[in-house]
Order: sequence, then structure tokens, then C-alpha cells
Amino acid sequence: MSNAQIEIQLIASLVAIACAIPGTFLVLRKMAMISDAISHSILPGIVVGFFITQDLNSPILILLAALTGIITVILVEYIQKTGLVKEDTAIGLVFPALFSIGVIMIAKNANDVHLDVDAVLLGELAFAPFDRLMIGGTDVGPKSLWVIGSILLITVTLLIAFFKELKVSTFDAGLAASLGFSPVIMHYGLMTVSSVTTVGAFDAVGAILVVALMIAPAATAYLLTTNLKKMLILAISFGVFSAISGYWMAHWLDASIAGSITTMLGLLFLTVYLFAPSKGIIAVMYREKQQRTEVSLLTFLLHLKNHKEEEERHVNHLQEHINWQKVRSKTVLDLALKNNMIHIDNNIVSLTAKGDEFTSLAIDYIITNEDSQIEDMKDDFFLFRG
Amino acid sequence: MDIQEYFSLVFSDYTLRTITLGTAILGAVTGMLGSFAVLRKQSLLGDAISHAALPGIAIAFLITGTKDSNMLLLGALVSGLIGTFWIRGIIKKTHLKSDTALGLILSLFFGFGMLLLTFIQKQPNANQAGLDKYLFGQAATLVESDVWLMAIVTSICLLVMLVFWKEFKILLFDADYTKTLGFNTKFIDILITSFIVIAIVIGLQTVGVVLMSAMLLAPAAAARQWTNSLAIMVFLAALFGAFSGVFGTAISASQNNLSTGPVIVLVAAVFVIFSFVFSPSRGLLFKQIRFIKNRRDLQLHKTLAFMYNIAETHDDISHPHAIKILNNFQGFTRGTLQKLVKRDYVTLTGNMWNLTEEGFKMASNLYNQQSNNNE
Repeated sequence: MSNAQIEIQLIASLVAIACAIPGTFLVLRKMAMISDAISHSILPGIVVGFFITQDLNSPILILLAALTGIITVILVEYIQKTGLVKEDTAIGLVFPALFSIGVIMIAKNANDVHLDVDAVLLGELAFAPFDRLMIGGTDVGPKSLWVIGSILLITVTLLIAFFKELKVSTFDAGLAASLGFSPVIMHYGLMTVSSVTTVGAFDAVGAILVVALMIAPAATAYLLTTNLKKMLILAISFGVFSAISGYWMAHWLDASIAGSITTMLGLLFLTVYLFAPSKGIIAVMYREKQQRTEVSLLTFLLHLKNHKEEEERHVNHLQEHINWQKVRSKTVLDLALKNNMIHIDNNIVSLTAKGDEFTSLAIDYIITNEDSQIEDMKDDFFLFRG
Repeated sequence: MDIQEYFSLVFSDYTLRTITLGTAILGAVTGMLGSFAVLRKQSLLGDAISHAALPGIAIAFLITGTKDSNMLLLGALVSGLIGTFWIRGIIKKTHLKSDTALGLILSLFFGFGMLLLTFIQKQPNANQAGLDKYLFGQAATLVESDVWLMAIVTSICLLVMLVFWKEFKILLFDADYTKTLGFNTKFIDILITSFIVIAIVIGLQTVGVVLMSAMLLAPAAAARQWTNSLAIMVFLAALFGAFSGVFGTAISASQNNLSTGPVIVLVAAVFVIFSFVFSPSRGLLFKQIRFIKNRRDLQLHKTLAFMYNIAETHDDISHPHAIKILNNFQGFTRGTLQKLVKRDYVTLTGNMWNLTEEGFKMASNLYNQQSNNNE
């Protein structure tokens, strides 16, 4: 690995960490799309900043662009407050307009500006190591490394200092307000950090892919845990993992680094989405199927309890009466037999003592409107689940 | 070329006519379908779909190796639909919220699309240049066959909308009721969503992936301010969209270095701002005027009620009182007093006032019948 390669991976990892921290809170606060809006609408800020400073890595430019991000948030909230349109429409109206202004500003000054929209939207990490920061004639490393490093430092300091406040205001804004933490300050603080991070990172990974680095690791982590600290740590590790593996994929395919990092994030999300232990799609579908069978079982047991007559309890009759398909009735019958709830005598089904007890308890819960208790009761009665 | 020259050339010049017609049709169809997206609170879905279409374009190019825009748009359509249904899957099956699902699909698909585009650029194939026009759109590359495609798609949309108008409308406003009436809500839902995806995809070539969502939202959001009727809203949105297209093209054609997409979006944004401010029933301006008027009326009522309280203590209600005693009361101004005189509630003699019969009656019923007159 050459020096430049190590530097690129370092920058990518730092960007991933710096994005994952505000991203986690944005996802939890249901404001993920705001990051998309910010990432587009910083464009006019960047252009104006570039006119003034002529340097993409200047702190003034970053502050100006971050200010545009905050203006976006304020505009969205203002439009939303007028009640003329819904919140999502407000977001969708504000950022394309600001972005268009940015594009037109670049187009009108194409001769003076060495800045094109592709560069802002997509970034080019491969060139980052060539823009060095010189202090007193000595080379101290790539500029973007310093930029994103300082942003990360500020973010982490703020996170540690205000962790408790952030946590409370994220999950219970009312409680936070009554405890004396202003949710408004927390909100705008988070928005400021997101804007600054987006601006600091656009140079390296591009504005749109910042969105991926903010949302995807957090969303992936959210599928795996419900603990805020664990979620932060997981999001950071997913981000760093995708950053480094994405770099090598780009190296191998000879394609955009930012694109590869996003693709790795996508693959990671897809894997977790499918296979996460309790919230993955397969687990959810399995649980849904299990619950469907168990509800059918309960219906079946209730039917047996209600009917003493033999003709109502004949196996064949059940099929037409409850209107189940053959396979389904067989599954339910098997489950009931396995759990020792029924016994079948001469094709006549009847409840066992255990089945009778279970059904009576279930009826009690149903008529007192406490259906959710049945779920806990199942643990006591079922040896085998559906 | 200035704007006048543009309008004189628009009917004779082939390129200008094609582009203008294309953007007008595009504006109309996106405005029309955008109304449904806005009312269904799916505004940002358009943003997600347009970004999600990018890998489809790249993959279609990789498979066919041609730049035939119909093939590329077909790819975009497929990948847009996959994105849409994945978003629905995430929202339905996991606890991730809709904003997270949208942002996730948007950024992941777009990133994957970028990976493919940069991968294609490195391929030793001379044909690949120009795929990135789908990023920001280039109305200038529209040819007559593209416009025909747009026109056909628009007429199909219109036809389907007219046929299923009742179903669309009822699903929009009361999904549960629709279900109880026995309509197949899933089918209607998929139908609307698919048409939104189609409208977005045909716009990609003109305004590009990044700005497409504004084409969908802005005309609809502007139209919403002028009416409460769905039919009128859809019609107005189509009109606003078409006008944004034409004006945007005109402005960008009359200036150097202006790409059409962003200008169209800004023109549409002007429509939105105008509607937000000047719409008679919902607009900010008239709302503020109504607010001030209501506050004045309230003060008038307060003064009248105060006078009533004084007059009540006398046997003769028209017993005169000094204007001075009203000074302690904040509802009193010379203007309000004049207004009361004009309505014959009060008569003034010198610096004394007295309540008339009518004024007394009005004041005594003030809090009983306030709603049936607008004073």
C-alpha cells in the first residue's frame, strides 16, 4: 500500500465516522430526508464561498455552506408552519430550488470558477491526497484529512458532552423540555453539525453520497439493536468497514470510490435487511407465518370447546366448516397434537385437559380485551411453536 | 437571442419547437400525477424514484451497448419500480420509518448508479459518452421521437386517470372506506405509484435525476393553494407544469450557458411562491389581512360590550356619557368610535356618546349570535 492509498482510506474512514454520528440521531428523529435536502442546498453556499475564498477547503467556505444548510432547515420549517403544504412537500420544494440557483450560478460564471456540479455532487476521493496542507513549508498531510479530522473532533466532543441531552430529546422531546434541556437548541445543534459534516465531506465523497454515509449505517444498525450506544458503535463500524472495503472494490474495478463505498453500504444493508435475527425480513416473515398458524390453532381450539356434538368435531367437517385448505388444517392439527392439546379418536377430535385449560384462559383474556397476554401464555403451554 | 425572438422562432425552428413541446408536455404530465403524490403525502417518493432510476440506465446501457433512449428509459423504469417496491417493503416489514427508507434507497441506488457510470466510462467503448446527461438533464438533446414518446405516455396517463378517476379520488381521501366498498386498493395504489414512476422516468432526459422531484411537486403544490377540488387541482397543476416548461425553455434559450432543467425548476418555484402569497383563500397575504380585520372587529366588539355595561346601569339606555371614560379602555380608538356611529349603534353629541336602541340590542346579543354576522 502506498502512502496515498493509506491516506485515502484514512480520509474515507474519518468521513464515515463523522457522518455516522449525526446520521444515527437523524434516523432516530425521523429526519433522514433533511440530510438529503441539506446535501443539495449547500451548493449555492459553496459557490458563493468559492467566489470569496477561491479555495474549496477554506473554513470560511465551510461555514458559509453550512449556513445555507441551516437556512434550508429554517425555510422548510417556516413553510411547514404556514400549513399550506405538508412537511415532506416543504422539503421537496426548498432544496431543488436552492440547488437550481447553485447550478445556474456555476453555469453563469463557468469561466471564473474551477468548480463543476459533478465535483460537488460526486466528489473525487482519489485526488484528495494531492491537495496538501503546508504549515511553514513542511507538509503535514492532505488538507481534507485535516478538515474532516477537525469536524470529527468537534462532533465527538459535542456527542460526549451532550449525550444525555441528545438521548432524552430524541426519544421524548416533552420530557427533555420539562427537564430544562431546550429541544429547539438540540434540534438546531444537530442540524448545524449535520450541515458542517455534509460540507466538510462533500469534497471527499460528494454531497449525495454523504447522505448514504449518514443514513445507511444508522439504518442498518437500527435493524440490529435498540440500544443507542450500541447503535452508534455499530453504525460507526459499518461506516468504516464499507469505507475501506469500498476503496478496495473501486481499486479493483477502476471505478468511483464514492460509488463503491455506497454500493458496499447497500450490500451491507441488504444482508442485514434479509438476515437480521429479529427484525430482518426473513425473521419477520417466519414470525408472521408462525403467528398465523398459532391464531388458527386458537380458533380451532375455540371451535372444539364450543361444540360438544360429534358431527361438528369430525376431521373432515372441520375442513369445510372453518374453510381451511387441506395443508393448513393438517399443519394446525399436527401442531395441536404435538402440543398435546387434542386427541383424535376415530376421526373425532376432542380437547385434552391441557387444551381445555389453555382455551378457557384464552377466552378469559379475549373477553377482558387483553389479547396481548395470550402471547405470554403461549410460552407456558407450547412445547412446539407453529 | 432574446425572449421575443424566441417566441417568433418557436413555431418555425425545429429544435426550439421540439424542446418547447417536450418540456410543456413533460410539465403537464408531471403536474397532473404530482397532484396525487402531494395529496398522498408521497412528495419525496419522486426524489427517491428519480435517483433510484440511475443504475437502471447504466445497466440498460451495459446490456444493450446502445444509447437508444427508449431502452435506457426502460431500464430506468425497471430500476425505479424496484426502488419503489423496496421502499414499501422496508416501511411495511421493518420498524424503519418512511423518511429513512426513502433516504436509504435514494442514496444507495444513486451511489450504485455512479459506480456503474464511472465503470462504463473506463470501458474501451466509444459509444459511452453522454450517459451523464441523465444526471442533470439536457433538454437540448430531445428529438421528435422523444416528444412522441412523451405525448403517448401522457395520453395513456390521461386515459387511465379518466377511467379510474373515481377510484383514485376515493383512495386518496379515505383508503379504509375504499376497502370496505370492495375496491382492490392494492391494485389502485400500485397503478397510481407506477404512473408516478413512469412520469418521472420520461422526465429524466430533460431535467435529470437530481431535479426531477421538483417537477412533480412544485406545480401540484402551487395548484393546491387555489382550489379544494381535486379535478381543478389536477387541471391547474398540469397548466402550471406546462407553463413552467415553456417559460423555462424560453429563458434558458435566450441566455447563454443556462441549462434548461434548473431554469424550469426555478420558474416552477416562482409559481409556488406566487401561489403561497397571493392565493385568495389560503395565501399568506390574504390570511394576514383577514387576521388584522378580525382583530379590529374584536376590538369593536369589546368597545361595544364596555358601553353596554355602562348603559345597563342606567334606566335610560341613551343616557349620554363622556368619551373620556372610554380612554381607560384599550379597545377604544377614534376610528372604532366612528365605525360604531356609522352602524347606528352609537350617536355622538359633542364629546359625549350614547348608545342607540339598536346598539343596545346588538350588544346584549353579542355573545349569543356572534357567528351569524360577520361584523
